[in-house]
Amino acid sequence: MATVALSNVKKSYGDVSIIQGVDLAIQDKEFVVFVGPSGCGKSTLLRMIAGLEDISAGELRIDGAVANDVPPDARGLAMVFQSYALYPHMTVENNMGFALKLAGIPKAERDAKVMGAAKILQLEKLLDRKPGQLSGGQRQRVAIGRAIVRQPKVFLFDEPLSNLDASLRVQMRIEIARLHTELATTMIYVTHDQIEAMTMADRIVVLRAGRIEQVGTPLELYHFPANVFVAGFIGSPKMNLTPVVMKSAGANGATVVAPGGGEIFIPVAPTAVATPGSAATLGLRPEHLTLSDDGPLSGTVAVVEQLGGETLVYVEIGDKILVTVKLAGSGSVHVGDRVKLAVITTEANLFGSDEMAMTPLRRAPVAGKGH
Amino acid sequence: MTSSSLARDVAPKLEKVRRSKRGVDTRPLVWPSIGVLLVWMIVPLALTLWFSVLNYNLTDPTSTGFAGFGNYLYLLRDPALATALLNTFLLVGGVLLTTVLLGTLFAVLFDQEFYGQGAARLFVIAPFFVMPTVAALVWKNLLMDPVNGLFAYFARSIGLDPVVWFSDLPLTSVGIIVAWQWVPFATLILLTAMQSLDREQIEAARMDGAKALARFRHVVLPHLARPVTIVVMIETIFLLGIFAEILVTTSGGPGDATTNLPYLVYKTALLQFDIGGGSAGGVIAIVVANVVAFFLVRTVARNLDS
Ligand SMILES: Nc1ncnc2c1ncn2[C@@H]1O[C@H](COP(=O)(O)OP(=O)(O)OP(=O)(O)O)[C@@H](O)[C@H]1O
Ligand SMILES: [Mg+2]
Repeated sequence: MATVALSNVKKSYGDVSIIQGVDLAIQDKEFVVFVGPSGCGKSTLLRMIAGLEDISAGELRIDGAVANDVPPDARGLAMVFQSYALYPHMTVENNMGFALKLAGIPKAERDAKVMGAAKILQLEKLLDRKPGQLSGGQRQRVAIGRAIVRQPKVFLFDEPLSNLDASLRVQMRIEIARLHTELATTMIYVTHDQIEAMTMADRIVVLRAGRIEQVGTPLELYHFPANVFVAGFIGSPKMNLTPVVMKSAGANGATVVAPGGGEIFIPVAPTAVATPGSAATLGLRPEHLTLSDDGPLSGTVAVVEQLGGETLVYVEIGDKILVTVKLAGSGSVHVGDRVKLAVITTEANLFGSDEMAMTPLRRAPVAGKGH
Repeated sequence: MTSSSLARDVAPKLEKVRRSKRGVDTRPLVWPSIGVLLVWMIVPLALTLWFSVLNYNLTDPTSTGFAGFGNYLYLLRDPALATALLNTFLLVGGVLLTTVLLGTLFAVLFDQEFYGQGAARLFVIAPFFVMPTVAALVWKNLLMDPVNGLFAYFARSIGLDPVVWFSDLPLTSVGIIVAWQWVPFATLILLTAMQSLDREQIEAARMDGAKALARFRHVVLPHLARPVTIVVMIETIFLLGIFAEILVTTSGGPGDATTNLPYLVYKTALLQFDIGGGSAGGVIAIVVANVVAFFLVRTVARNLDS
């Protein structure tokens, strides 16, 4: 059992407010990922949970008990740092056993625990080495091992994979996900890589400038972004965010005028700001656009990226407005072609002039990711 | 791969690169500077060695000719040499211990953030800029003087008899002055080292349940091990030659209680005008310094390797 609850948690350095009131309830055994652009306060929030940073205002509860003033080591959490922060003069074994040694656990028991963690992470052969004699991936594993050995209630990760190369990152990603199932503990994971967030999280928390923009499962965020920021942040290639003008709005949906004059009817519940003539943003995932001779959008192909299994086509539909279209297979589109694009309107997102999403009316809700 | 095998693999390649790029032997170009350094070092050394085997006393024109090892034998039989050696080691050892301990303490303290940190750092470094003679005079006359000194004033104000520093604790007094001058150096080096300590390591230790003392012992101290060896090495070289502080405060006395090797050489050569004996003392000092340096360098090298 390990839940973490934040209520109206704030952090400020002097009069600079970094975290501006965060409410969040993390369930037992949940894998929660904090994502957001650099400097949005992800690390700060994580460090406040860890106890490395004071909480300026608000309440942090771990397992229901207020933990604001509990020292870091007494919170029952373990953290994996971006720089690994291994003790350079200690062997791998001593690094992993350090916390147990400080806790006064007898040598035999300590060795057993370290060995257990080393087995899980395939570190048995490296126990006598110093961190300086390990590769980046191995160091990462030792850092995780050091956390595992303490059998914490909650694991905290601060961008643990950002120092690894791409292929190793994928491998470690899978390993951490496997670890989560194996250990069945709550994990909080910070990253600015939305792919890591999408692939690992039970729930994603999107942060911007010290505020939560949206909390939800990866697919909820993908299909039902609450605002333009989340829409642009989640998904790769990025969602096309095209400026449009509202033409009319009714109970069944809204009609917008796209760049180039094409009219598109989107089945969404219009919000109060969706008055005719007002500006809005049309959010279209690349895979929800198709080439079609009677589509409402038209433009010139600017770039074609062949990925083998699929093709990304960048079409310039207005002055400096590029939209990305994802086509299956290796399509026969060429740079300079005039193309028309059709929209799968039930999958289109419409954001009002306040940048907030209008609720889609005819889209299937995503299935929850259960445990 | 060990560094030596690395060197073996890489060296020939480097060699080739160097040859092919220049096609000229560059060694003659450095000979002039090596020559100057050699002359600079060799001439005084040779003269010292030469004088040390002569009967050469400025007050006695009749004392001439080759003395063989006479000067050395005379010195080695003289109990003053043993005392001087002991004083040298006590002084060097004591000052090293004090400066490293205080330097570490200051480094850890001044690494914390507090109001006026910049000014405080400047003050702790300041003694380093005071000339040894001036420092010794200030300590002797303003602080440690049994009548007019600040310490005596404090002692009297709490009803104690003032300590007569340079009579009762001569070597300790000199040691205190020298330590005062060298603490800034140790602090400076160790403070820089503290600033290069990865903050996340400290935080990891906090998460691991290490309290302040345990963090110091298991994270900070190992990190400071190398800079401490550097401080010890550099200070030793300078502390073996302490002279001005002794001359200004005690003139080697009372008796020979504060006479170290350099001071003994000075007394022999310049107070007794015995150039031969003084040179022999100088040679002994060189031997001692080299023995010490040899062991120091070896320890440091081993420390840097691990
Ligand atoms: N000690 C400090 N004093 C003042 N401001 C700070 C301090 N530490 C962090 N900040 C500010 O807090 C903000 C959030 O920092 P934080 O490290 O949490 O960002 P982040 O989301 O983790 O970014 P990144 O993805 O780059 O790691 C930044 O704007 C940073 O400048
Ligand atoms: Mg960060």
